[in-house]
Amino acid sequence: MTRHEQYAEDLALHALGVLDKEDIHTLESHISSCSSCRRELLQLQDDAAWLALSTIGPVPPARARKRLLESIACEPRIPRIVQKRTFWAVAIPYGLAAALALLTVFFRSEIFDLRRRMANLQSSYSAQQHELAQARDLVNTFTSAEAKHITLVAANASPQPQGKAFYLRTTGRLVFLASNMAPVFTARAYELWLIPETGAPIPVGTFKPDAHGTAVIVNPPLPRGVEAKAFAVTIEPEAGSVAPTTQPIMIGTGE
Amino acid sequence: MRIADPTVLRSDTALVSAMANGDQHAMGLLYDRYSPIVFSVALRVLVDAAAAEDVLQEVFMQLWRNPRAFNSSRGTLGAWLGVITRNRAIDCLRRRRPETHIDDVVVSVEPDLASEAERARTVAKIRTALDSMSVGQRIALEMAYFEGLTHSEIASKTGEPLGTIKTRIRAGLLALRGTLAQ
Repeated sequence: MTRHEQYAEDLALHALGVLDKEDIHTLESHISSCSSCRRELLQLQDDAAWLALSTIGPVPPARARKRLLESIACEPRIPRIVQKRTFWAVAIPYGLAAALALLTVFFRSEIFDLRRRMANLQSSYSAQQHELAQARDLVNTFTSAEAKHITLVAANASPQPQGKAFYLRTTGRLVFLASNMAPVFTARAYELWLIPETGAPIPVGTFKPDAHGTAVIVNPPLPRGVEAKAFAVTIEPEAGSVAPTTQPIMIGTGE
Repeated sequence: MRIADPTVLRSDTALVSAMANGDQHAMGLLYDRYSPIVFSVALRVLVDAAAAEDVLQEVFMQLWRNPRAFNSSRGTLGAWLGVITRNRAIDCLRRRRPETHIDDVVVSVEPDLASEAERARTVAKIRTALDSMSVGQRIALEMAYFEGLTHSEIASKTGEPLGTIKTRIRAGLLALRGTLAQ
């Protein structure tokens, strides 16, 4: 007996709706996965439908027709209300659709613009990062403890104390390099001064030379836009002075 | 007002469609066409003319209230009404609530039974098929269909083995199929 034959007779009973309840579940779980038995069940239901027609003969009494027609007259079909679509009922959905379309176009354009700006910023950021790395390298060359500071002088001449100030008025940035500086006494320090075109000298910062007599000052706090007539170095108390208290030991004017 | 030509047979689909739009006259025509089938089936199951009349009323009211339950692409109205009537009558017989909703009934049999001549031809064929069956086979089939008895109940009533009843019912349906296919 094949898998389908096993169910053949139950299919016939099921088509008539008289399969025992305990067998229905088993058959239906088989049918759910068997298209062949599903088709056969439908066919058997069609076959069974003919049995109803075998009984034709008796006709219902005339009152049955009257009763039915009276009943349906009491239940008139409710006509389907076709709602007339007003101007706004049509216009609002179309308007919303158009607005959505415009918003889509607008946002697409915004997104495109933002992407373009982001790409520019990315490019600018990369360039700045590169420049920053170069600047750091440069500063590191001046300030690193490992950097060698060599002052070249005329042959057969002994090295002299020397200071070099690189000053940018517009930004107030300054780099000062000193070499061949003699050590200072305890509690004393060299102090660099910016001597403006007009007004009192401005203290730049104090420094003490290292064992090789070199010292570096990078970007001390200075006001912007001060025109420097000269830079000078004095010896001051270690904490620095607000105005020079000694005569300059070094002085240089701009080139 | 247009007067319909009585010689022109309006199709079931056209009548159901008109009825769906509230045409009570169309409902009357459908009743005239199919009430003998509905009443006969109900009477055969219930063996009670008053109860059969109630089922007749109920079936046509269901059609009136829910005309779209009948899908002409899935069968003929006559056979569909026959099946609905049989199911409803058996529910009445067993004094139970309707177990099958009319939306769930699908019958895809041919031919179209709208014409009286076609109905008569089809009924004759069915009766021939039933007459050609053995008595045991026909009784088993009719007890299952018109009394809604399970094969165990039929076996118990007839004293035949369960397997025999099952086999007879299936063979009876296949014989019916064979005859009607001719």
